[in-house]
Amino acid sequence: MALLEVNNLALSFAGLHVIKELSFTVEEGSIASLIGPNGAGKTSVFNCLTGFYKPTGGDITFNTKSIVAKKPHKITQMGMARTFQNLRLFKSMSVLENVMSGMHCRSKAGPVGSVLRTAAQQREEAEIKEFCETCLKFVGLLDARDRIASNLAYGDQRRVEWARALATQPKLLLLDEPAAGLNHDEKQQLIELINKIRDELTITIFLIEHDMGLVMKVSEKITVIDYGEKIAQGNAEEIQNNPKVIEAYLGKEEDEIG
Amino acid sequence: MANFSDTLGEWLRPQKNRMFILLVLAAIAMLIPLASSNYVLEVMTNVWFYVMLCLGLNIVVGYAGLLDLGYAAFFAVGAYTTGILTSHFGVNFWLTIPVAVCCSACAGLLIGGPTLRLRSDYLAIVTLGFGEIVRIVARNLEITGGASGLIGIERPSIFGFQLNQIVHFYYVFLLLAILACFVSYRLQHSRMGRAWQYVREDEDAAEAMGINRVAVKLYAYVIGAIFGGVAGCFFAVKMTAISPETFMFQQSVLILLGVVLGGMGKIPGVIIGAFALVLFPEVFRGLGSMRMLVFAIVMLIIMLYRPEGIWPAKKS
Repeated sequence: MALLEVNNLALSFAGLHVIKELSFTVEEGSIASLIGPNGAGKTSVFNCLTGFYKPTGGDITFNTKSIVAKKPHKITQMGMARTFQNLRLFKSMSVLENVMSGMHCRSKAGPVGSVLRTAAQQREEAEIKEFCETCLKFVGLLDARDRIASNLAYGDQRRVEWARALATQPKLLLLDEPAAGLNHDEKQQLIELINKIRDELTITIFLIEHDMGLVMKVSEKITVIDYGEKIAQGNAEEIQNNPKVIEAYLGKEEDEIG
Repeated sequence: MANFSDTLGEWLRPQKNRMFILLVLAAIAMLIPLASSNYVLEVMTNVWFYVMLCLGLNIVVGYAGLLDLGYAAFFAVGAYTTGILTSHFGVNFWLTIPVAVCCSACAGLLIGGPTLRLRSDYLAIVTLGFGEIVRIVARNLEITGGASGLIGIERPSIFGFQLNQIVHFYYVFLLLAILACFVSYRLQHSRMGRAWQYVREDEDAAEAMGINRVAVKLYAYVIGAIFGGVAGCFFAVKMTAISPETFMFQQSVLILLGVVLGGMGKIPGVIIGAFALVLFPEVFRGLGSMRMLVFAIVMLIIMLYRPEGIWPAKKS
């Protein structure tokens, strides 16, 4: 069953068509990716999915419900979490506090309960803490829980972002260029982590990536876009041999132009 | 200097040491009236009053990161609610407090609801306008006593004991300040307090984590307004007279100054800010009209060398 279904999605800014008639699906329990050259509109697609941009046309169905024109926090509540291309941590807060942000939409204590420290509020705080520590443990950062987020190494900050996204208890996890800025070892760990999230937590994963090696290794289905249009779709092997994809990435061969 | 604050920070880390310091400070505050003149008491009462106002504004500015230039308006709503109800309708002072809480919360909703969708700079302009509107409305309505304000607001009594000495008000305001600290602390370390900080640090990321940014900001606004409103109630009965001039733009700026000076979002910092705000002009009274100039220079120096406020930020 398709967890995410995008139909004829269109987005334009003042006459500039960023996304044109884009359709694809992400199957439940799969690892899918969206690739394309720089400026192809990948992040714009992500922003439409997560509610940060309002698409100018088309429909997005998540978990059998339409999410077009829903606010970002509503979409997260419905079970779609995301990470950002450039780290967007809450820099001056501790690692644990960062992860706790994910649990906000899964808890409900209000100001009065917090001031009075009611039994229900204390129980909820303990639950939030416990669950977030599990998330940190999952990404291997439990030891750093009390450190200030901006003091961590870059690769670790990325992992805080994943833990934070996992804390929202998503059905679908969107990763925006998860390998950007990581070294070889860290990329290897990332591949393991992506597989672990899907296999152990049964969370569907949809990612945007520049790093072809990583995309080819983890994804079961790849959608390729260029200038906001879908140019190919398939598994790693089919994509690698698709002439249109090669053209988009490398340009036409000289003799063809001549 | 840096070394000293590091060792102090280290010593303050265990909960036990912190509780000890707090108890000592509370004891000193309790004992001040035993050995002070009325002048000192008057000044210290003012300090506790500003502690409460600054802590209220700190929720809006420090925790949620919203620049509010019209905070005196909420303080005015509380003061006028009590003033009008007690002097025109003969309502018991203590019963006016819940009414004032509702009124200031409504004022917070009224101004926050439509404007919190705006990003910070516009919000500052709208709050500035709101502050002025409230003052001008109070100046022109009959029920608020127009430009001369309300006079002869009755002093409250509790269990037949009338509060009319400065010592009584000293303890009332000290209690209010302690209550404000307590509520601020609990809010800061709660789900709501964390949500404010997320929104302050990165609005988009907070939204992506499932936080309704408008609702969270509105909560900060309304709670901040309630702090101001309650402070206003007690201000009205302490002064027994209020006039629109008490709630001028300068008042809002002064409160904001206390918050920024001490360190936004840090309770001990905000308390120090409130102290500096009230004590400085008093200590340097001998300088005459020069003191405001000296005050301004000291502020500039603090802003230049400690932009994050007097109280140090947490490190780790």
